[in-house]
Amino acid sequence: MTIRPDPTFHANARLAMEAPAETLAYTLMLSPDGSQPDGLAVVDVDPKSPDYGKIVHQVIMPYKGDEFHHFGWNACSSALSPLSGHAFLERRYLIIPGIRSSRIYVIDVKGGPKAAKIHKIIEPEEIFSKTGYSRPHTVHCGPEGIYISTLGGGGADGTDGPPGMFLMDCETFEVIGRYEMDRGVQDKQYDFWWNLPRNYMVSSEWGLPPQYENGIVPEDLLANKYGHRLHFWDLRERRNIQTVDLGANHQMALEVRPAHDPVKEYGFCGVVVDTTNLEGSIWTWWRDKDGKFHAKKTATIPAEPADPSDLPDLLKGFGAVPPLVTDIDLSLDDRFLYVACWGTGELRQYDVTDPMEPKLTGSIHVGGIVRREAHPSGQVFAGGPQMLEISRDGRRVYWTNSLYSSWDDQFYPAGVPAAMVKADVGENGGITLDPDFFIDFPKGYRSHQIRLEGGDCSTDSFCYPSVK
Amino acid sequence: MTATALWWAVVASGLYHGVNPGMGWPLAVSAAMFERNRTALMKAVAMLGIGHFLATALVLAPFALLTALVEWERPIRIVSGIFVFALGTWVMVTRRHPRFLARVAPQRLIFWSFLVALAHGAALMLVPIYLGLCTVEEGDTGHQAASTLISGGAGEALAVAGVHTLAMVIGGGLCAALVHAWLGLRVLSKAWINLETIWAGSLMAVGALAAVEAAV
Repeated sequence: MTIRPDPTFHANARLAMEAPAETLAYTLMLSPDGSQPDGLAVVDVDPKSPDYGKIVHQVIMPYKGDEFHHFGWNACSSALSPLSGHAFLERRYLIIPGIRSSRIYVIDVKGGPKAAKIHKIIEPEEIFSKTGYSRPHTVHCGPEGIYISTLGGGGADGTDGPPGMFLMDCETFEVIGRYEMDRGVQDKQYDFWWNLPRNYMVSSEWGLPPQYENGIVPEDLLANKYGHRLHFWDLRERRNIQTVDLGANHQMALEVRPAHDPVKEYGFCGVVVDTTNLEGSIWTWWRDKDGKFHAKKTATIPAEPADPSDLPDLLKGFGAVPPLVTDIDLSLDDRFLYVACWGTGELRQYDVTDPMEPKLTGSIHVGGIVRREAHPSGQVFAGGPQMLEISRDGRRVYWTNSLYSSWDDQFYPAGVPAAMVKADVGENGGITLDPDFFIDFPKGYRSHQIRLEGGDCSTDSFCYPSVK
Repeated sequence: MTATALWWAVVASGLYHGVNPGMGWPLAVSAAMFERNRTALMKAVAMLGIGHFLATALVLAPFALLTALVEWERPIRIVSGIFVFALGTWVMVTRRHPRFLARVAPQRLIFWSFLVALAHGAALMLVPIYLGLCTVEEGDTGHQAASTLISGGAGEALAVAGVHTLAMVIGGGLCAALVHAWLGLRVLSKAWINLETIWAGSLMAVGALAAVEAAV
């Protein structure tokens, strides 16, 4: 508890954009074969620092086999709403779930770049017994505490009951219990986010643990058995109020990115692959005047034809590389949507000022299954652009290159050694790869999600409109 | 204490509750920004006021009935003072926020304000002040009928709740209007001060003062 609100809390997204630039990034490191414990890398991203572009500190976990994936903060700008009742929390703890072990680490990062340390470990048994869920994934701080989505239900293979979401106390980090009062038809889970003052939440679907844990299951994909729906919830009533089906061929609806300005009642979602033509797609979802939700495909990214001899076994039969839209991220001014095409090795920038008509305004090629575009630094960038994070001011985009250990091995059999790179954003759009920014990670690790000190474009929720 | 001093205490506590962002005025700024007009700000402040008034009146009502028990007046004042003191101590020690408040939909401002005033002891803070007022203003009541006493007590309770709420609405409304029209939202994160300790301390002080004054 503090006397004043955390200076990194901002009433609206515009104030967050005007705040000082990030000086540290936190990047997850995972050991793909579980031979060493996973860790958190603290990266210096302050251009004025002598350690710029270097890992200045690592927190290595005491266990092996967690498989770090996504993570989030204990508190964010939403604390500035009186409705939260928690105005004096600090954005201080990173909540890091192990997607394979179901263990959750709480890391205290207060006290400078080198001070990050383990604050608490929540063992998998506690999550199983208190929630009946497994494989925790997305973390957001919201009303009632910390919300965590899971990708598995109970039982050894996570199929005993549907996956869902649970709540954690934002001060003690005690697991409270399940979120849902009425889940409706929701039977798969992936990402979620919300519009706090409008009181709705959106969740998406990947697949059940047997469909991803040991690699993608091609038969399930071709039979359209992965997730393809968006679920809309009455946030405080904890009730699924509407489910929108994107169509069974739109396999794997992943990241959900609502507009940061809560006045706007729309957002985006990325679909990994269309099984009819292998293209990736961006969907815009919105709420109409009557409170009904809709979703429409507003941008597509085609597959690229390729010589089967250049393709991994999984793709040989198709003779093409799917773009594999595996992450999207929206700048705080709701102007630019960034789209990671992990298969073709491309980062795209779309101007989404008109959310129904995204306009392609920038593109960078790096990595890729067939293109294998080199990074200008001369360092090896295997894999493709994957987890994205945009600076608060919208001028820098950071990304890593690994998707998920067992899927990496199928799409990039030669391996995906950890990388983290950066692009600079032009005043009016356009992106250029920074040739000198390439983070050197310890051997044997892969890299996944990035969080920025003081909040970023995929963790901060705002309760006040951006304009008067 | 004199009646005038106690009435000022009713007004001061209202202003204090009103300017505390935790009691809701930033929600009025938010409403005005969402609706893009100032009427929404006033409407939201009014809704917060209604909830606050209902909570205060609800808490004072049983004590209005108790005013009929003239011979028990002193123990009632002592016990209620101790109770408010104990609540303040509890708030001071536990520092926990009731989670159910976060379950109220943001559009239900009256209900939210009502629950917040109850949950954080804002309404209870008025009990010792109210009982003090009943005592100094009652005059020669020893021979009046119970019904007269109760209706007098109820009227007094409504007056206390009304004046308190009016001050709360003015305090909160001014803050909201200033921030919306002039200062901007940046002020919210700069000027919001954690009043939890002071809040708990004021409950303890009001309770202790009332109990001691009734006892001596």
